[in-house]
Amino acid sequence: MSLLTFKGGVHPPEKKLSEKQSIKRLPLPQTVFMYTSNNLGAPSKIIVSVGDKVKTGQLIAQANGLISANLHSSVTGEVVEIKKLVNSATGMNDDVVVIKRDGDDEWELLTHSEDFLSMSSEQIVDTVKQAGIVGLGGAMFPAHVKMMIPKDKKAEILIINTAECEPYITIDDRIMIEYSEKIITGIRIIMHAIGAKKAFIGIEDNKPSSYECMKNAAKDYPIEIARLKTKYPQGAEKQLIYGVTKREVPSGKLPIDVGCVVFNVSTVYAVYDAVINGRPLVERGISLSGEGVKNPGNFIFRIGTKVSELLDYVGLVEEEKIDRIIYGGPMMGIPLINVELPTFKGNNAITVLTKDVVDNRQTKPCIRCSRCVHVCPMFLQPYLLKHLSDSRQYDAAIENGLMDCMECGCCSYTCPSDIDLVKSFKTAKKVIRAMKQRRP
Amino acid sequence: MKLSTSSAPHVRSKDTTRAIMLDVLIALMPAVIVSTLIFGVKALFMMLFSMISAEIIEYICVRYVRGRKDFKPDFSAAVTGLLLGMNISVAVEWWQLLIGVIVSIVLAKQVFGGLGSNIFNPALVGRVFMLTSFPIAMTTWYKPYFYLNSADTITAATALGTLKTAGYEQVVSKFSYLDMFLGNIPGSIGEVSFVALLLGFIYLLIRGRIKIMVPLSYTATVLIFSSVFYLIDPIRYGTPLFHILAGGFAMGAFFMATDMVTSPMTPKGCIIFGMGLGVITMVIRYFGGYPEGVSYSILIMNALVPLIDRYTKSRIFGTIPKAVKK
Repeated sequence: MSLLTFKGGVHPPEKKLSEKQSIKRLPLPQTVFMYTSNNLGAPSKIIVSVGDKVKTGQLIAQANGLISANLHSSVTGEVVEIKKLVNSATGMNDDVVVIKRDGDDEWELLTHSEDFLSMSSEQIVDTVKQAGIVGLGGAMFPAHVKMMIPKDKKAEILIINTAECEPYITIDDRIMIEYSEKIITGIRIIMHAIGAKKAFIGIEDNKPSSYECMKNAAKDYPIEIARLKTKYPQGAEKQLIYGVTKREVPSGKLPIDVGCVVFNVSTVYAVYDAVINGRPLVERGISLSGEGVKNPGNFIFRIGTKVSELLDYVGLVEEEKIDRIIYGGPMMGIPLINVELPTFKGNNAITVLTKDVVDNRQTKPCIRCSRCVHVCPMFLQPYLLKHLSDSRQYDAAIENGLMDCMECGCCSYTCPSDIDLVKSFKTAKKVIRAMKQRRP
Repeated sequence: MKLSTSSAPHVRSKDTTRAIMLDVLIALMPAVIVSTLIFGVKALFMMLFSMISAEIIEYICVRYVRGRKDFKPDFSAAVTGLLLGMNISVAVEWWQLLIGVIVSIVLAKQVFGGLGSNIFNPALVGRVFMLTSFPIAMTTWYKPYFYLNSADTITAATALGTLKTAGYEQVVSKFSYLDMFLGNIPGSIGEVSFVALLLGFIYLLIRGRIKIMVPLSYTATVLIFSSVFYLIDPIRYGTPLFHILAGGFAMGAFFMATDMVTSPMTPKGCIIFGMGLGVITMVIRYFGGYPEGVSYSILIMNALVPLIDRYTKSRIFGTIPKAVKK
């Protein structure tokens, strides 16, 4: 079978430093910081107060609106503080529940059952909602919302995203190797809930071991492995759907409009854990990697642990060599303002980049080499959008597809003149959204 | 710990503008060597002089006139200079060439805003300026290896000139395909050897430094156009292969028209650009006042690039193509 892919994209050095490291469970943290903005959409509403004793998995903030998710304590202990803390992703101050751990790990579980086939679709979706599961690939979109298929639409195909096309990150690869059976069960649970008859697991061809593992585990079920070409951004939802099914999600529409539902493999594992074991989403896998890390590896950690605490386990190189530390990978990752900030549900990696890896080169004039046009996976004209964004011709920029840009960064990556195209697009999009809010 | 917080992507490809320009210079080396053999040391001097003076003039312009204190040479001026030096007759004097270089760098490039902002190919603007200013020197062609012979006549007509004035039978008696392929013909310093330019083109192709659709559609258009006219009157119009091998076609198609700054951004645009080049080149060769039309065709099509870019935008992912809005 030939390799599936999309048009455009780039192939940065893969640098999967931690691909041979099996997943280790990190010791419980002393203190966790739970952001109420741990999901896309409305922040959850805090239902505990300072001094309350909480168990692991106990609800501390509940979904507040249609697109929102529950939040649970990730340790057993006491709520010591509710305060504002800066969120690196937005630069805004968000509410944070600070919980100090005391003693052992005591779980509060959801109702659960081994026999998911006897559960109704609504029951499964409700469990996922109770468990506060969000998209763990990074977007943190509430999973139960995705699983509620609108009446007039049909979910024909479930696609499991394991592309992990960013450099360094290896956690999805390891999860597939080590938890193959559980992943397959998770996929069957979701298929049952959304009524999909067919599932594809998209695996890039740089992960031969996980390909073998998943193929073995999936052989008795209507689950097929789609071998994908190793290319960035293979894991972008629309590009993955195109690669696997050759269907294009229309501009401004959702995957369900072409009969597809996409879940990240870590999300599938979280669904399995919630439905079968009754455990809400309080821990997840993460890759701690980058040239700035002494012993890169894959770990399971409690959400809300401080980044500095995670990095203590893997060790950092000399401070003066480190340039930046980011949530996620180097193509789309969010730089941390300082290492004392906590982790989110969406963190699949913390990458420490050294000064010799990051190019702080000076921007030079565009020479119209047209490479940005060739690599853009959305078929936009980045050079033109950059000009329109910088000269504040926002209407013209929207007409030329600025809002279709997913900020994957291929254009900036490939530009020989080191022009920061994506930065201009992000700024322009923020301005456009703000203007829309002011006068709808 | 002090952390940098600039926005994603945090890594970049190693490629730079300077590396692209250096690759173009490397790609021109086979032609430089062959031209030195054919036209002697003066040819080598002219090419080097043009290349170096262009880089110096650009440096003075950007660093002192425009006041960019952090300017580091990117060798784009060296490429322009070398191309100009290769596109003149060896009969041209050094001071005439210097004027051409100044026009190229100052008038055609820096006045427009420097690298990336010029509409017309700077080397060709310089060449056309010289052609109108020094018409005798620019159209006096020396025979290959003239510096080895002590014979009285060292000048000769080019293949295209012969076609224009004497017809294709005369061309056949004086120039073989093999001579034109190797460069054993009179002409501009750098344009005579098809094979040397082809080697450089292949190098650029392997290194991914070229908008491939431009030379492909240019060549295809010239072949189709000249085939039609060959069938009408072979004696008057010459063979299609002749039009590929003769004159500045190889130089124009491989190195001039593919100049990134002055060619379209989309593959579709590049095809249209190449078709325009082919038609204009052949119309000038067949019906124009000049025997050669490559330079003018590229300059004319350069002017149309913004228009081509506007009407050849690719379809955005997830949309159906619609008519371009005014």
